[in-house]
Formats: sequence, C-alpha cells, structure tokens
Amino acid sequence: MESRDTDWDGVRLHVVTGKGGTGKTTVAAALALALASGGRKVLLVEVEGRQGIAQIFDLPPLPYEERKIAVAPSGGDVYALAIDPEEAMLDYLEMFYGMRRAGRALTKMGVVDFATTVAPGFRDVLVTGKTTEAVRRRGKNGKRVYDAVVLDAPPTGRITRFLNVTQEVAGLAKVGPIKNHSDLVSGVVKSPETAIHFVTLLEEMPVQETLDGIAELREAGLPAGGVFINMVRESQLPRAALDKAVKGGFDIAELALGLKAAGLADHADADSVAEALAGEVLEYAHRAVLEHEEREALSEAALPRYELPLLADGVDLAGLYELAESIRTQGAA
Amino acid sequence: MKDAKRSAARPVPLDIDAIIDDPGTRIIVCCGAGGVGKTTTAAALGLRAAERGRCAVVLTVDPARRLAQSMGLTELDNTPRLVSRHEGGGQLYAMMLDMKRTFDEIIEAHADPERARQILSNPFYQSLSSSFSGTQEYMAMEKLGQLRRSDEWDLIVVDTPPSRSALDFLDAPERLGRFLDGRFIRLLTAPAKAGGRSAFKLLNAGFGLVAGAMTKLLGAQVLKDLQTFVSALDAVFGGFRQRAELTYKLLQAPGTAFVVVAAPERDAMREASYFVERLAEERMPLAGLVVNRVHDAPANGLSAARSAAAAEDLESRGEHELTAAVLRLHTGRMQLVAREHREQEHFVSAHPTVPVVQVRAMSEDVHDLAGLRQIGELLASA
Repeated sequence: MESRDTDWDGVRLHVVTGKGGTGKTTVAAALALALASGGRKVLLVEVEGRQGIAQIFDLPPLPYEERKIAVAPSGGDVYALAIDPEEAMLDYLEMFYGMRRAGRALTKMGVVDFATTVAPGFRDVLVTGKTTEAVRRRGKNGKRVYDAVVLDAPPTGRITRFLNVTQEVAGLAKVGPIKNHSDLVSGVVKSPETAIHFVTLLEEMPVQETLDGIAELREAGLPAGGVFINMVRESQLPRAALDKAVKGGFDIAELALGLKAAGLADHADADSVAEALAGEVLEYAHRAVLEHEEREALSEAALPRYELPLLADGVDLAGLYELAESIRTQGAA
Repeated sequence: MKDAKRSAARPVPLDIDAIIDDPGTRIIVCCGAGGVGKTTTAAALGLRAAERGRCAVVLTVDPARRLAQSMGLTELDNTPRLVSRHEGGGQLYAMMLDMKRTFDEIIEAHADPERARQILSNPFYQSLSSSFSGTQEYMAMEKLGQLRRSDEWDLIVVDTPPSRSALDFLDAPERLGRFLDGRFIRLLTAPAKAGGRSAFKLLNAGFGLVAGAMTKLLGAQVLKDLQTFVSALDAVFGGFRQRAELTYKLLQAPGTAFVVVAAPERDAMREASYFVERLAEERMPLAGLVVNRVHDAPANGLSAARSAAAAEDLESRGEHELTAAVLRLHTGRMQLVAREHREQEHFVSAHPTVPVVQVRAMSEDVHDLAGLRQIGELLASA
C-alpha cells in the first residue's frame, strides 16, 4: 500500500451531502474509487433506497449485502452496500440481543413502517448505526476491515438532523438501549475520524444551501470536511477577453476575420455568424462573472475546496475514473 | 447531428395560457425531481395567472431565500399573503408551509382540549410533527385541501416538497392509512385501553414476543410514551383519514392539472418519465411537462464538427487565437445543445402524447417579479 499525504489522513468515515441535482452520488462514488486506489478497501454506502450506486456503476440493483463492485486504479477494492432500514433493524436486534426471530415478527407487524412514520430519528439511528458499525468493524487479525467508508448521505437540507442522532433521539428515549446505541453512533460521527463533505455547483442556490449547511453542522458540533465544486466548465476564453465582452467591447470584427481565415464564412455572412457567436460569448462571460462570485462566496466557509470538471459526455464509468483521478490529484484522497 | 434533429419526434406544445385561463382549473400541482426549478415554475405560473385576471395563491414548501423574498415572503407564518394586485381584478397570494403548525391545527380541530394537550406535549408527536419524512408531504396536501375548501382563491398553485422520492406526496396519505390500520397500532393501543399491561397476555404468543422485543429495544418508558401517544391519537384519526382521502380525490378531479417539471438531464428526465407513468396509474390529470434550463445556440447554423475542425486548423496555423477560442466555446455549446436534445427525445418517444414546453436557461437566478414574469412568458410560448 502506498502512503501519500492527503487532506483527510486519519478520516475513516467520509459523509457526502449536497443539494439535489449537484451530483452527490457521483462524487461519493468517485471519492470511494479515489480512496481505494493503491490497494485499499473502501465501502460505499447508500441509505435512501434510490439505487443510485447501481445506476452509476451500471449494475443491477444492489441487495442489502456488502459486495465488491469496482476495482480502483492501481489496485484496491470498492465494496457497496445499500442500507435498508428494515434489514438494519434486524441486524441490530440480532447483533445486540440475539433476537432474529423477534425481529422478523416486528417486521411482519409493520413496526419498521411505524418507526419511519412516527419517529424518523429511529430510522436514522439504524442507518447511521449500520454505517458506523462498518467503520469500526475489525477482522480476525484485529485490523479494521475497511480503510474507509463513504456514505452517500441525504441532501444538505436534512444532513444535520440525519447525523445528529443523539439529539434527534434524546426527546424520545432518555435512557435505554436506543439511547446507548445512538451515543455509540454519535461518538463515531463527531470524532476526528469523520468528515462531512459538501457537493455544490457554482450556482446561487446550491452555494447558499452549502453555506447554510456548513453553519448548521458547526453549530451542532459535527465535523465539516471539504467542498467539492462539481461540473466546473473549463474556461475556453482568457479572462481579459471575458472582461471585455462583459463591458461590451468584444472584438466582433476580429472574430469575423478569423472566421473567414478558417474558411467558415464568406464575406456576405461572416458578420452575421460573428454576431451570433459574440452573443454566445457574452452569455458565457456573464455566467463566468456569476461563477466567480459564487467561488468567492464559498471561500468564506474556510474549508478545503476541490473542483471537478464537467464531463462532456455525461457521467459514465470512464468519467467516474476521471473524477476519481482528479480527486486524487487535488489531494482529497 | 443534422439527422437527429430532422428525425426527432416533435412533442405536442403545452398551452399554459389555456390552462390558467380556464376557470375550471382550480389546482395546479408542480412536481418533479429536486433542483429542477419547481418552485420558480410554480411562482411564475401563479404570477401569470394573476396577471390574466385570476385570484391565485402559490403554496410553496421550501423556497430559496431570494425567491421567497421576491414574492415578499419573509416569514413562515402559514397564512397566504398578498403579493400583488393586477388589472382586471387579478391577485397573487403566496404562502410558505409551516408543517408543524399545520399539524397542530389539525390535532386541535379534531380532539377535545384535554386530549389535544396530551398529544401536543408527547415526545413522539413532537418528533413526528417536525420531522421531514412523510409529514411534510402529508401536510402540504392537507394545506392544499384547506385552501381549496376555503374557496377564497380560484386557483391554487402548489409546489411539491423536495422529498427523497418525488412521489412521496402521493403516497403519504396512503401510508398514513396503512399505518393506522396496522396490527401494530392495535397492539399498542390494546394495553392502554384495557388499563394496563394485562392486555398483552390476552394476545397470542407472537404478540408477546414482539412486546418483549419492543421493551428491550426501546426501553419501558419509551414504550409507555408511545402507547399514550398512539391511543390519544387514535381518537382523532377517523377525521384525519377521511381528509386524506378527500384530498387524494381532489387531486384526481378534473379541476386539477399536474405539471411535471424537469431539466434536460438524464436523471431529471428519467424521474419525469416515472412521474408521468405514475400519475397515469393513479388516474391523476396530467397537463404536461415543463423542461427548464434548456440551452440553445444563437449560431446554430455552424455545426459542432465544423466548428471544432476550424478551431483546430486555426490553432495549428497559430492564427486568430481569439476566433479559435470562440469556436471551441461554440463547439462545447453545440454538444451541450445536442445532449439536452437527446435527453428530451427519449422522453418524447416514450410519451408522445404528453404536451411539452421548454424554458430556456437564464444566465441568472430569478430574484423578483420581473424575473418571474419573464419565466411566465417563456412558459406560455410553446
């Protein structure tokens, strides 16, 4: 196993959250690949029953079982687990009380359905409990089974509640087994072994939600990790040209000359094509100004930032490896 | 690329104005995946309807701060507030849902004061009423029913919650029903009704096993709180269920129009397809699909391939750097346009009869009524 310095040495639980549409699951998957590369073993966990991991890796739906789904660059394995709260509850009963049969009876009676409806805090404890169990689990040799666990978590708006299990359960159970269990989970989640990463786009709403989410986490004493700026477009035009365009000084005549030189337009329509292209440049320049402002806003959070490129062909398996490589180069894994 | 364009099945255009001008349209539900601009679409529809003479209210669940401010919503007070008045008597109201208050009000309306107090102070009620999963969806539907019954507005535009699954709001009433009919509820209410634990003994061995497991799992105090909660709530549930069913029927009624909102991306379009199928299954009236943030290219006469080749040519000759860069930019743009087109085409070929309108991407987010008005115009331009 190679050893390199990364920004998150010592972190074993990487929680990935983000507003809907920012590519949270994609980033979680790429981060798992990046963390696994160089001969490590990483578990990628999903909790919302959407089978997002299976879709990204182009696999049939995942069962409630840890199974190997990908090989990382230069060796290393990514395992995946889709946590089902019902199965997690059975696990919990068996592990702590040896009560598999009673558990089945509970399920049959709709107790889990009930818990989801009446007290989502319980559901979250079961799900985070299963995740932290994987983080703490040791093999026969006494070593941890997984070098890291990546959790594709609920979206930014719910993340603090989701992770702040002790708080959520405290009102319901002041003593008793659930309380003890949630304390155990909370011990892992609030420790330096955990980092909670945010995925955002350079757009107003996701950036605002990210900043709000970070503030909420900090207030709850949960460890904020890094900010992954996803789908960043490579700048095609030099800054100076963009500034000029925004100020209305874009050189259309020069563009028309270039179009003629490239044989794309004759004298008659070079100007109209140049005009239309200049319109595209202006829009792009406006967008660039806004993106710059959003970048500045994100820097206020004072967390490490990573930029992931917009993939021209959308996210496929090859794209995922490309993102993983980018994550490694930037030192996030 | 050219061929793809020519052979593309052209969707039926969605006539938004016909829907909002029809006095028979009383409810418009905007639904779709998270992050596709549902709330903006709902607000723009509400404003356009008001400008065309309707008395409209926009019920929103979780608006972005600046969008809320654009409609003058600064506080979450669970009451529709007047946003603007228009020529011809049109008015726009807007409100933000306060899920807990809506829930409290239902309890207060359905239980006697003593029982209501018992429920409202129970820790399980507090967890249930302020949690995000299911409750928000259910309360949004409840509020929609209330607004409709009040008959103060002739058009209600509702924006569905950003839930785990975009369909949760359809399932919430049914889930509540299943929950109430469950054997588990009956098990929990039995001992309280019989005045003590003795009732457990009357039940069969399976129940005894479960009761033991529950005590182990939750602790005796939690179980007691739970029983108190469930038996107190039991009394108010009848009215509760009835209302859930009424709201569900309201959604199926001819005066309701579902507008599915998407962005031209794979996940959002897939979700939109799923939604369209699901609405058909539930016999909910679908008006059509709004595809937000669609890109076009002003210089679309110049193909991506020609543009890329020319850029390469200029670069290799070391001439006209600016033009080469602009051509690269244009290539990327044409590829984006083509990709968005493909994503929409999948939808159109799977659902050829669903009317569609595209709203082009704006360079800025919407912050004021002028921005909403502009979106409204685009929505009506199919």
